[in-house]
Amino acid sequence: MKFLVCISQVPDTTTKITFTPDKKAFNAQGVQFIINPYDEIALTRALELKEALGGTVTVINVGQTNTEPNLRKALAIGADDAIRVNAEPTDAYFVAFQIAEVAKKNSYDIILTGKESIDYNGGQVPTMLGEFLGLPSVSVATKLDVNGSVATLEREIDGGKEILEAKLPFVAGAQKGMAEPRIPNMRGIMTARTKPLAVVEPAACEMLSSSAQFDLPAAKGECKMIDPNNVGELVNLLHTEAKVI
Amino acid sequence: MATETKPTTALKGGEFLIKETEAQSIFIPEQWNEEQKMIAQSCADFLTQEVYPNIEKIDAQEPGLIVKLLNKAADLGLLGLSVPEQYGGFEKDFVTGMLATEVLGAGYSFAVAISAHTGIGTLPILYYGNEAQKKKYIPKLASGEWKACYCLTEPSAGSDANSGKTKAILSADGKHYILNGQKMWITNGGFADVFTVFAKIDNDENLSAFIVEKSFGGITLNPEEHKMGIKGSSTRQVFFNDCKVPVENLLSDRQNGFKIAVNILNLGRVKLGAAAIGAAKQVATKAIQYANERNQFGRPISKYGAIRYKLAEQAIRIYAVEAAVYRASQNIEDAIIALEAGGMEKGKAMLKGVEQFAPEAAILKVAGSEALDYVVDEGVQIYGGMGYSADAPMDRAYRDSRINRIFEGTNEINRMLTVDMMLKRAMKGELDLMGPATKIAGELMSIPDLGGEDTTLFSAEKKYLKNFKKAVLMVAGSAAQKLMMELSKEQEVLMNIADMLIDLYVSESVQLRVEKLVSMHGEKNCQEQIDIMRVYLNDAADRIHKNGKEAINSYSSGDEQRMMLMGLKRFTKTEPFNAKDARRRVAAKLISENKYCY
Repeated sequence: MKFLVCISQVPDTTTKITFTPDKKAFNAQGVQFIINPYDEIALTRALELKEALGGTVTVINVGQTNTEPNLRKALAIGADDAIRVNAEPTDAYFVAFQIAEVAKKNSYDIILTGKESIDYNGGQVPTMLGEFLGLPSVSVATKLDVNGSVATLEREIDGGKEILEAKLPFVAGAQKGMAEPRIPNMRGIMTARTKPLAVVEPAACEMLSSSAQFDLPAAKGECKMIDPNNVGELVNLLHTEAKVI
Repeated sequence: MATETKPTTALKGGEFLIKETEAQSIFIPEQWNEEQKMIAQSCADFLTQEVYPNIEKIDAQEPGLIVKLLNKAADLGLLGLSVPEQYGGFEKDFVTGMLATEVLGAGYSFAVAISAHTGIGTLPILYYGNEAQKKKYIPKLASGEWKACYCLTEPSAGSDANSGKTKAILSADGKHYILNGQKMWITNGGFADVFTVFAKIDNDENLSAFIVEKSFGGITLNPEEHKMGIKGSSTRQVFFNDCKVPVENLLSDRQNGFKIAVNILNLGRVKLGAAAIGAAKQVATKAIQYANERNQFGRPISKYGAIRYKLAEQAIRIYAVEAAVYRASQNIEDAIIALEAGGMEKGKAMLKGVEQFAPEAAILKVAGSEALDYVVDEGVQIYGGMGYSADAPMDRAYRDSRINRIFEGTNEINRMLTVDMMLKRAMKGELDLMGPATKIAGELMSIPDLGGEDTTLFSAEKKYLKNFKKAVLMVAGSAAQKLMMELSKEQEVLMNIADMLIDLYVSESVQLRVEKLVSMHGEKNCQEQIDIMRVYLNDAADRIHKNGKEAINSYSSGDEQRMMLMGLKRFTKTEPFNAKDARRRVAAKLISENKYCY
């Protein structure tokens, strides 16, 4: 069984977010990047299924050379080979398009992504991938099992859970619960260097969107205390100062 | 593979006192490669996922838990990191091993358990065992199938380890040694399968070492000790009552045990320095986060200068000692490689390499454990009332830190060793202390060299360091000359000299680290590191002055005393420097990053 797991890198969760002076881009200077945690869950589940059913796990990333350490980390965790599409991941459409181009040339049985990346939180890549490849796509899946050529997936819904079945091949976005991420072991770390990491050039793709400007949320203002007996003042302030009513 | 730098000036152990080191020749932690970072991350992830969530249970000694965690660490390969591949390990270089030790050092009691197993538990067999012994024991220790401990200390033999009373007597049929005696403070004693035991055969003057399996019988354990800290670590008294050890389990030669103990301790001391840094970084991060969250008088307490001073000072001490730890680790690594290239067997080269840098190892042990103790103490203070609460994180860190100044040789023993080893090397002609010391005595009579105005970056600090060396050489040289054989009895003076050596070594290390860092990233990207270096060197100058003065005043008088005091003043002179502003800048970055970030 052939698995393709899409890996994006995101700033470490303790990163202090700043933007370039022209506000057009995230300021990546000094930032430590990690594998998107949801992608790591997807990768772990792929490895578990591979260990049970046999096959190979390929990881793919759309990014510049600075993403290679995280691809090698995915190899250290246990992926068999890696592909890097050599391009800046400008938006979800571009990323999904590039991954789909690679996927079309190889017949993967299961394509997994995280349900979203924890930087821009678009959550669009799994569904777009399904569309580009003409495959079923299940987003935000908390469980994935495979039986022959059919997969069973679970999704959390209001007040319960939804159980879906999909025929292979398909695309799914992993949510917490699908697997517990693994810590790369020494053997994995030492063999990561010897595993193939292919770099492919991007296919021509229309740019549909671009970031115009980034702004940080307004800083939290001083807290104003109002006497509980003075409801009139509260209403007045909410109306004139906070302008919420 | 630890570094792309090849040393241009290979210093021998202790030579930092008389020679200059090129910044480019040292290894600095900003040079970790991708694989080393990945290993460090795996160690950190292990603590986060497996150790911290269980920390209360670990400290309550939930039965089987620490063994289970050691087994999980073994699954990741962490028990075999430094073990050669032929014995089931991963054969990582010395510096990488130190990095893993540093990161795992933040693991409280677990850190003690894993380092006792991989260090004093495994290494005596690995480095001194014969092929059959290594084949039998090392793969099982690297895989975690067997756990190990080290039995040296006895109720009446602590710092004076060679005075142990445990006896080994050859059985009538010549097939076994019969062990009888009592060992104390045995880390991992409660669950170990393999014990390295030190005992005297018949009426030998020196200890011998034995590999003892629990299954040999004749071993009983006292209940767990009640300790101030590292409560989760198993610490037992171990009794040997007619314990039958096959003769082939004698480790190395008869009477070679004390040497084994000393050499393994050398290694343990470097590792302790690294582990202390790992623990300290974690505590510093918690203190910064708490200072940012805790509001008083309407503002986070991190806005106040008194707290900023503490946050900065924690980082300054960590950064400086860390520089020394990895400078020495790379020196040791290079020495090992050189010895191996000269045809020495790997295990022997390792021990010889560490032995060459035994003075530095003792320095790191003291500097690391005392930096950590400062960091946890101020950590409690920054937490205020919550710092004293056993439900807040500083309590455990504070208690667990304290043992580091005691085990692996007390800091007092290590201070005396530092001076003792340097003087012995001088007497053997291995380290030329007397030449430079005599030169300085001459310099005292002459007019001070005011030198030209050199205002380049680091010129002032390089001059300070040159002078620090003169100060130490002057005091150590005159003390040795004056007191001669009495010096070993003047322990207060030895402490003074040791403290001067420690300040010199750590100061020089942080200066070299920052110099190399600036050459990599440019001055404007290293402002806070430059501040760290300057604060450290300024404080070190004052401490060196104080220690020198105390020593000089204790053994000299008259003109000689006056001349030396004047020289000392000259050698510890610093230019006016605004340490308050520098600390504020160091703290500002910590506060903005909300974690230890240097």
